[in-house]
Amino acid sequence: MLHLALFLIFGVIAVVGAINLIAQTHPINSALSLVVVMGSLAAEYLLLGAEFLGAIQVIVYAGAIMVLFVFTIMLLNAGAEEQTRGSKVAIIIGIPGMVIGSVAVAWALIRAHTGAEVPVGSLYGSAQGIGHLLFRDFLLPFEITSVLILIAIMGAVVLARRES
Amino acid sequence: MIPSTDYIRLLPELILIVFGLLVMLIEPLLGEHNNRKGLGAIALMGAVLSILASFYQTGYEGAAFFDMIHVDTFSIFFHVLIGLIAAVVILASFEYLNLQQIRYGEYYGLILLSSVGMMLMSSAVELVLIFIALEISSIGTYILAGFRRNAPISIESSMKYFLLGSFATAFFLYGVALMFGATGSTSVYTIATTLAQGATPLAYVGIALMFVGLGFKVASAPFHIWTPDVYEGAPAPVVAFMSTGPKAAAFAVLLRVLFATEAPGWFWLIWASAVLSMTLGNIGALVQNNVKRLLAYSSIAQAGYILVAFAAAKDIGISAVIFYAAAYAAMNVGAFAVASHLANVGEKYVTLDDYAGLGRRAPGLAAVLTIFMLSLIGIPVTGGFLAKFYVFQAAMQSHLTGLVIIGVINSAVAAYYYLRVIVYMYMREPQRDVPVLKMPFALGVSLAACLAATIYLGVLPGRILDYAMASARVLVR
Repeated sequence: MLHLALFLIFGVIAVVGAINLIAQTHPINSALSLVVVMGSLAAEYLLLGAEFLGAIQVIVYAGAIMVLFVFTIMLLNAGAEEQTRGSKVAIIIGIPGMVIGSVAVAWALIRAHTGAEVPVGSLYGSAQGIGHLLFRDFLLPFEITSVLILIAIMGAVVLARRES
Repeated sequence: MIPSTDYIRLLPELILIVFGLLVMLIEPLLGEHNNRKGLGAIALMGAVLSILASFYQTGYEGAAFFDMIHVDTFSIFFHVLIGLIAAVVILASFEYLNLQQIRYGEYYGLILLSSVGMMLMSSAVELVLIFIALEISSIGTYILAGFRRNAPISIESSMKYFLLGSFATAFFLYGVALMFGATGSTSVYTIATTLAQGATPLAYVGIALMFVGLGFKVASAPFHIWTPDVYEGAPAPVVAFMSTGPKAAAFAVLLRVLFATEAPGWFWLIWASAVLSMTLGNIGALVQNNVKRLLAYSSIAQAGYILVAFAAAKDIGISAVIFYAAAYAAMNVGAFAVASHLANVGEKYVTLDDYAGLGRRAPGLAAVLTIFMLSLIGIPVTGGFLAKFYVFQAAMQSHLTGLVIIGVINSAVAAYYYLRVIVYMYMREPQRDVPVLKMPFALGVSLAACLAATIYLGVLPGRILDYAMASARVLVR
């Protein structure tokens, strides 16, 4: 019961953080909201029994990547974003579209009974289990990710280099 | 232990990765003033070897790497197609890179490595791997779009493509996640067996979201808004590449996701998207004066025709999609290769007015472009005609009369703007002095290849069609 209550609380915090992330105009505020989202997601993973994933989430996302974000924002000395006058079409179609989309997904999620549900907190995702998946069943996607990272690095080099 | 046959089933990708790295490693070793044209030859060799490796795979069909990829006639067809597209685009880029002062190493490296992603998309049977492959192919093309570093329009194109593309990929990933929630698996075949026992609403939402992501990648309406701006700014040979390669791969994924899983509830999605793509694409193209934008709208419309075949019945519909993908690649790469040659330094000459009088100034080039345009319209003796014919035939056999009528009306509308290019080339006086460079040998070879493929598919479609049919049967078995 406590597990479920905590799960719901962190879920609400994550959603509020995500909405705040978009609503804020200053990049630093947005970045700090992202920390909240990442942190509460880590708590969710822990509560679901994926302890390894929870730890990685804290170390990599809430830690390393967010520090990088904040550093970049500070180095660029980015100020508050300028508000453009949002186009009417975006508001007229976008907001109802978003509401309909969210309702449809929420409805589908509520209606989903796959027979494979597990109560919150009763799963156990160990480092061993993840290692087994990563280096056996999902070996190819894991290795191919290196190509993805290589391409991204090349892109950064190509686009950032000063032309002589 | 991973058996060695698994590596053979991954051989084309491995070859491309090795050559992609090789090109990048050799470039810095060459001195500042050395000739770098050899890099193109190395890249071309990689592409050709990977095509040969794909042919070699015919004796080694089956699953590999714990059911991550599946080598069958379907995957081999797309491997060869993507390899050919990469090879022809590399050939067409030889002079272009020199002319626009684009750095060689990264360019060829990115073309080869993003082809790895596209090839994997066509053989992957696991949504996680499909997603990673999709990202490889997409990120590669985002970067390639911005390669004309000194042209602001190219950077704009890259930026727009990146932002909207990431947004679309997120939709695809969300769809994958919901599909996993609905079926408890990300393997296409496990999903198929689970869905056969009855689909929950979650599966429907998952399919719809995946279609949004893939619909963006194939530039089908209503996810097509990015296409004209991106194609206009990106370097012309890159447009030849990204308007055919990633599209063919995304169609391959869509075929697997929709047909191999026997997914429910996509029919009207595809139907609406096909009608919108054909109509919006063709109407948009009518008013374009920039040839690259015109071809961008045309490619939206072509995606619509392919989606018509999706809506048709299984075997013949799938084989029509496969055949269309091949014919479309041949004529579109050809058209963009001609445009890249005429564009000249800084891509200055890309409007229809610059094409005026081309029939006299460069008769050979004008004739070649005319054939590609006729093929895009769908005139007999060209691949474009038979491709359209099979698509509409498949739709008729599935009693989709409404869709066929809309498609045929659209084809008639499309004839206007394709013919307009031909009219400009042969019947208009040039407004200003537009220099036409001497045809470089490599580009000549690539144009000849596209031309040969277009005519071959239009005159002797039998073998390719049989192969497409066999692939379709493998997919739906």
